[in-house]
Amino acid sequence: MTRESKEKKIRVFFLIMGFFCIFIMSMIIVFLFMEGFPLFREVKVSDFLFGKYWYPTYDPADFGILALIAGSLIVTIISGAIAVPLGLMTAIYIAEVANEKVSEIVKPVIELLASIPSVVIGFFGMVVMAPFLQNVFNISSGLNIFNASIMLAFMSVPTICSLSEDAIKAVPSSLKEASLGLGATHFETIIRVIIPSALSGISTSIILGMSRAMGETMVVLMVAGGAAIIPESLFDPARPMPASIAAEMGEAPVGSEHYHALFAIGFVLFLFTLMFNLMAAWISNRFKQRETGF
Amino acid sequence: MKKFSIFMAMAALLIFSSVSFAKEKLVIKGSTTVLPVAQIVSESFMKDYPGIEITLSGGGSGNGIKAILDGTTDIANASRFIKNKEVKTAACEKGVYPVPFMVALDAIVPVVNPSNPVKDLSLSDLEKIYLGKAKNWKEFGGPDMDIVVISRDSSSGTYEVWSEIVLKKQRVTPRALTVPSNGAIVQSIASTKGAIGYIGLGYLNDDVKLIKVDGVTGSEKTTQTGEYKIARGLYMFTNGWPEGKIGKFINYIMSPKGQELVKKAGSISIY
Repeated sequence: MTRESKEKKIRVFFLIMGFFCIFIMSMIIVFLFMEGFPLFREVKVSDFLFGKYWYPTYDPADFGILALIAGSLIVTIISGAIAVPLGLMTAIYIAEVANEKVSEIVKPVIELLASIPSVVIGFFGMVVMAPFLQNVFNISSGLNIFNASIMLAFMSVPTICSLSEDAIKAVPSSLKEASLGLGATHFETIIRVIIPSALSGISTSIILGMSRAMGETMVVLMVAGGAAIIPESLFDPARPMPASIAAEMGEAPVGSEHYHALFAIGFVLFLFTLMFNLMAAWISNRFKQRETGF
Repeated sequence: MKKFSIFMAMAALLIFSSVSFAKEKLVIKGSTTVLPVAQIVSESFMKDYPGIEITLSGGGSGNGIKAILDGTTDIANASRFIKNKEVKTAACEKGVYPVPFMVALDAIVPVVNPSNPVKDLSLSDLEKIYLGKAKNWKEFGGPDMDIVVISRDSSSGTYEVWSEIVLKKQRVTPRALTVPSNGAIVQSIASTKGAIGYIGLGYLNDDVKLIKVDGVTGSEKTTQTGEYKIARGLYMFTNGWPEGKIGKFINYIMSPKGQELVKKAGSISIY
């Protein structure tokens, strides 16, 4: 076999592998769409997306998922509000402030947090966090948005921290040295020079962390309370989209409206996470182009 | 050539012998509520009748009844009676004649946190609570405390009975917390002072307190006599009057031995 033909064969092999992944991905999307679409023969799209009531098993049934979308969004946003400062500051600490020995211990420990199964985090939220919140805030139930957000923040901190840290480490040391050389303090250098130049990586990490929180199922199923209402307070229960799908799919008769409605929710959820990922790709692209202008 | 013919003869012998020793197959499908009962009875049945092999699966009452109408199962498990619509499909379109057998009973009891002094609620009290019209335990002689309504997912069989008997098919308040299992209800009630929920009788333990309904304590006995109202029959449906292997199985589960096993599975025997 000549070198060229060998090269060619290897190239074809990897091409096939790559396309195989794309093929599976697109089949999943097609399947989601095909199973979800029949719902819209019975229910209007606007009633589905903006209906306030989710009563899929009653007669007549209501298939409004506004409360589910609101639940997903609010839980994701609040968990982001907790996880972003936490993850980002930890990343800065590990990359810039801590000495080598400390960061060698802290970084793997935080990455270990990502390997805790979500059902364990959910159980912790249910058994430890819920009674604790009830006593501290004197609320009637600890299974609520706040609890779920804290648990989801646990899950997105490792993603945010680890990716941000990589981005900060990747900032050329010449930039940092120049800043210090001009008389800026270490703190000023971090705020004015390092973070702005690592911004694309940091933004990507935040968006990926939040998209993980949005798609997470087990934690919200166990901890969010599961009431399909549009929340008015931090301590109201919520029913995010993944929790609904997981809780109801097992018993929905195959081919029924309820079954199609659950797939339609899955499709909406997919669009949301897709949007997050596209945003991440767009930001990292755009800022990268600017960086080359230095 | 000779080798080939010997091979063929052996293959034929193998096929023939496997046919003569093949077990009769019995397919049971349907409600996940009936599943534990069906499972324990099936295991014992296969021991007593080694010639019959049972394939058992869940999928929900609706899917079970659909399967008996389509002829893909011998017995359909259901935690509810057959619906008019389903009878119509059976008789008019498929020519199937479904026969119901009530094989066990199931009682659903309201429970609260042990620290709650309320002991007795009427059906209409429970209805008010689950519709979200009553919001404070004060209204029922309890302390000044918000009622935290805990319910099951609308696709659960336990929820279906509760909604039919207590809510009379009205919609449960959207503010109700929903949890995925009987165990999760016990867990959240044990940790929430103002909570009320409902569970299958088999799941009752010391972490939660049983509430009487209209003065009747939910128990095996009061369910069998019909005094306790929040109860239902668990059914098995066959296509036509059961004969042969299907008849054997139905007789088995209805026999005193079968009903002992029903109790062992955590349900209530019919006699």
